[in-house]
Amino acid sequence: MIPEGSLLAAHDLRKTYGSTPALDGASFSVHPGEVVAVMGPSGSGKSTLLHCLAGIITPDSGTITYAGRELSAMSDAERSALRRSDFGFVFQFGQLVPELTCVENVALPLRLNGVKRRAAERTALEWMERLEVDDLGAKRPGEVSGGQGQRVAVARALAGSPKVIFADEPTGALDSLNGERVMELLTEAARSANVAVVLVTHEARVAAYSDRDVTVRDGRARDLEHSV
Amino acid sequence: MSIGHTLLGLLESGPRHGYDLKRTFDEKFGQDRPLHYGQVYSTMSRLLKNGLVEVDGVESEGGPERKRYAITDAGITDVSQWLAQPEKPEPYLQSTLYTKVVLALLTDRSAADLLDTQRSAHLRMMRILTDRKRKGDLADQLICDHALFHLEADLRWLELTAARLDQLAKVVAP
Amino acid sequence: MTLLDSPTAPAAAPESPKPPSRGAAVLRDLGLGVRFAAAGGREGWIRTLLTAVGVGLGVALLLLASSVPHLLDERNAREQARSEPRISDSPDARAAKSDSSVVRINATSEYRDRTVAGYLMRADGSAPVRPPGVDRFPAADTMVVSPALKELLADPGNELLRERLPYEITGTIGDSGLRSPNELLYYAGSDTLTPAKGGHRIDGYGDSREGDPLPPLLIVLVVMVCVVLLVPVAIFIATAVRFGGDRRDRRLAALRLVGADIRTTRRIAAGEAMFGALLGLLIGLAFFLVGRLFVGSVEIWDVSAFPADLVPDPRLALLIVVAVPLTAVLVTLVAMRSVVIEPLGVVRRGRERGRRLWWRLLMPAAGLAVLAVTGRTNGYEPVNPFAIASGAVLVLVGLALLLPWLVEACVNRLRGGPVPWQLATRRLQLSSGAASRAVSGVTVAVAGAIALQMLFAAMNADFHQVTGQDPSRAQFAAYSEDVTGEAATSAIEQFRATRGVEVVIGSVEAYATKPGTYTDDELQPTTSLTVGTCATLRELARIDRCEDGDAFVVHPPDNKEQAGWVDRTARKGKTVLIGEGMGAKPFRWTLPADTETVLGRKDPMGETHFGIMATTGALDAGKLPGATIVAQIRVDESVPDVAEHVRNTAIGIDPGVRFVELNSVARDRQYDSVQTGLQVGATVVLLLIAASMLVSQLEQLRERRRLLSVLVAFGTRRATLGWSVLWQTAVPVVLGLAVAVAGGLGLGATLAWMISKSVADWWLFWPMVGAGGALIALVTLASLPPLWRLMRPEGLRTE
Repeated sequence: MIPEGSLLAAHDLRKTYGSTPALDGASFSVHPGEVVAVMGPSGSGKSTLLHCLAGIITPDSGTITYAGRELSAMSDAERSALRRSDFGFVFQFGQLVPELTCVENVALPLRLNGVKRRAAERTALEWMERLEVDDLGAKRPGEVSGGQGQRVAVARALAGSPKVIFADEPTGALDSLNGERVMELLTEAARSANVAVVLVTHEARVAAYSDRDVTVRDGRARDLEHSV
Repeated sequence: MSIGHTLLGLLESGPRHGYDLKRTFDEKFGQDRPLHYGQVYSTMSRLLKNGLVEVDGVESEGGPERKRYAITDAGITDVSQWLAQPEKPEPYLQSTLYTKVVLALLTDRSAADLLDTQRSAHLRMMRILTDRKRKGDLADQLICDHALFHLEADLRWLELTAARLDQLAKVVAP
Repeated sequence: MTLLDSPTAPAAAPESPKPPSRGAAVLRDLGLGVRFAAAGGREGWIRTLLTAVGVGLGVALLLLASSVPHLLDERNAREQARSEPRISDSPDARAAKSDSSVVRINATSEYRDRTVAGYLMRADGSAPVRPPGVDRFPAADTMVVSPALKELLADPGNELLRERLPYEITGTIGDSGLRSPNELLYYAGSDTLTPAKGGHRIDGYGDSREGDPLPPLLIVLVVMVCVVLLVPVAIFIATAVRFGGDRRDRRLAALRLVGADIRTTRRIAAGEAMFGALLGLLIGLAFFLVGRLFVGSVEIWDVSAFPADLVPDPRLALLIVVAVPLTAVLVTLVAMRSVVIEPLGVVRRGRERGRRLWWRLLMPAAGLAVLAVTGRTNGYEPVNPFAIASGAVLVLVGLALLLPWLVEACVNRLRGGPVPWQLATRRLQLSSGAASRAVSGVTVAVAGAIALQMLFAAMNADFHQVTGQDPSRAQFAAYSEDVTGEAATSAIEQFRATRGVEVVIGSVEAYATKPGTYTDDELQPTTSLTVGTCATLRELARIDRCEDGDAFVVHPPDNKEQAGWVDRTARKGKTVLIGEGMGAKPFRWTLPADTETVLGRKDPMGETHFGIMATTGALDAGKLPGATIVAQIRVDESVPDVAEHVRNTAIGIDPGVRFVELNSVARDRQYDSVQTGLQVGATVVLLLIAASMLVSQLEQLRERRRLLSVLVAFGTRRATLGWSVLWQTAVPVVLGLAVAVAGGLGLGATLAWMISKSVADWWLFWPMVGAGGALIALVTLASLPPLWRLMRPEGLRTE
């Protein structure tokens, strides 16, 4: 049931919190370099889907395959290592470590992966340049605007040269102008680096930056273009 | 969009030939539908008749004769009035989509599928516009954004309707 | 003309809302603060409760400290009430035999490092006086025991103790007769005890004389101990008042938005703090009252107390009740000076300027100056404890003030390093205040403890007397006055037969005097007489040839004067009197003419023997009145409980035996109790500070729940965050310890100089450094489980 050539694929995921089902047989796939939007009303389970796909939580049942490896068969430590090496993350807010400077924040995934500080911060600055925030390097997250902070977060997600970036409402806390700019920079950088993006959003205009969209409703993911 | 007022407005910056007018119009506003030359000609005749423009001169450098139009004071006043007058907000009360949904419910067809298909089409359109916006200049971006916001509004209506289909079904086909 | 302008229509005039008077506004705002603290929802309650529990712990400790005077008084009173009247010490003024008089002998012994106090008692008549807490006078071969001793005797592992106290238990001693609940005490009845066997005849209990006043050096110590223990408690209370301050500031910002001015917010905050502190007082009182009930079962380093002994001094208690809420309000107001609460948020200010050094140096410098001006004491003249206390307080508090500056200065210089280190140092750079505040408590405690320990070490010469005893020659010595007939030889035989005993040096000692009549101004020549085998005498003097029947005149080495005094009594071929003035008829003995003169040597007890020594063949020890058996015993220390076996033998020979364990040093009891107090207190203080650091740590972790979840999403290892938590605690604590060690050594050296002693040991701070390390480990370990719990992806779902 894994679509041909997909990088990350999930089949028939189920996950229940208490007695509330968050995922109820959801399936999903993304190809290398593809930007897929996951849409749906709030509470539909789209964040849960993203967390499962990223190996942050384990589904109650179902399979998740990343680059030919089964995620649910991996230990917590292995999944953590995978997240460090192959995945990048952008969240809505509260993701930058407030006491680290912006460049240290961007360098963090690299450093967690064992890259030396100087090398990591050099790479971090390159990515910040691409996201047009290289002048913020020495500032702390508390001293930059929301849009700038989010670009720093995108730079951080890209800095570790991941294969997949998981973005959970990355523009949720931004106005539309800043939001669009962030989306533009994110998708552009991802496409040029052949990074797949799983983009959870409830905004159609943000989803429009994707190559394809998937709708989650009542814990089930529907890929309309592929089913049509 | 009023083509007459738009052409009048373009003339405010200086007299122009009809062909020149068409090219400028297409460049600035006509991404979707380029103006037909005949339409320029007929519009100009009407404006001429109403005294809003006048013929500034005629050239015929070996080809067909070309009139050069200039705006009159009455014309400038007319443009000002048009710009000052707000457009009437259109309520779209009788939209085709609503009709389709009600019909689907009445005939026991899947209204949800209909809405999802429509949603998908809307999104596809939005994706194309977003792509174009990315590649275009500021004018392109603003025009695309206008369309995108409208499409997004439709999309929200689609989502809301999808969420309320059960309620609607009870009202429409009790 | 409006109505307001019209003075003729007051009835119709609408009351313009008059601004409340200043006093009323203050009360209203304070009350509002109290309402916020009491009814601020779950969050508000948790914050108030944290503060209250923190303050409560501090208050409980303060109440405990304020109870110490009463505790000591009570203990002293009970101890005095049961002790023998001093007058019975003098042989001339012993109590007369009567219907109520009692003959008793101290039969206290050590059992496995604990003291088992006890007395053998024999009633002279039908209505003997009883010690406090004893209902019935114990009949022969029965005893009344303290509850703790009863328990100990019931323990199957204490067969040796039961062997030593073979009396039947017929009752327990009441609390009024015990110094502390865990005291091991017994009163046993005897029908053989006589004054001749060492018994004292008494006809009542209680020593009305005042105890010895504390020597000045000890006063210095006691003052220092109080300062060292109470300053951290005060700092802890000040820290506890700030628990949850960030959240409160945000709430106050919301109040500013609806129109409160800055002064109002300060008053509201003060009201909140006051409420927390008042609640803390109540909780502290509850802790204290509940803790009191269990204090009897707690025994730390041999110290325990009856609940009834723990009554705070009323004046000190009043001081606590007033000072704690006042401190809470002041601390809050001072803390709020560094933040500006704007309607849209909280702005911290003064960060750019950094902390200033100069005024922080003033206080410790002033303290050292006070100490220097107070000057030196020679150890006997009274010292001014107030000067010492104020000097020490200034130095210690000054160190606490110095710390925030130092932490900030050091942390700001830290760059790079591995990720956990970077996270920790960056965090500290952003806000080192909270960390330094908690650590300043550690600094005061540790610096004080180091200074005190140096002081102790310097006082070694006074309190730790070097005894000159040589434990390699003998580990025990037993003295018994019960010398009858063959007692001496049989006693020595019994010791030899005891398990684990290798060598016994047994001798009988008495006094020999020169016969004759002397006026009151004349000193009768007297010297000591020692009777023993040749082997024994060789241990006591440098004797080359010895046969049974020989006697020796022994001169002290290096003391001509003393040697001459010996010769005044020990005249070869002349008679001496033995046991004169001991009640019985003295024994006359002639020193043989061929007696050799030799030099004495130190015995295992460290005493140099001289005088007359006679072998058992020359003088029959059994005939000597007023003689004492001295047995010096060497044992095989690998035999388990060897000390208890020897003690049992000794008590079997004579229940009133004096039994001494030979050590290189003997400790002064008062010194011991001061050191014990310091150890107990320092432990409690460190635990208290660990608790406050833990609370701050957990508070911070909870605030960062979402960030932690994001870091987990990144694939951050638990260890990475665990290490960062460790560094975050360790960096300030290590800096605090460095300040404490430097300051403590300085203060200790100064105090040693003040009592005219030189510093004996510069390395005494290691145990305190170790305690600091344990504190870091404790706080880190205790914050790991909540950290693991917070490092779960669930935190991402709160959107």
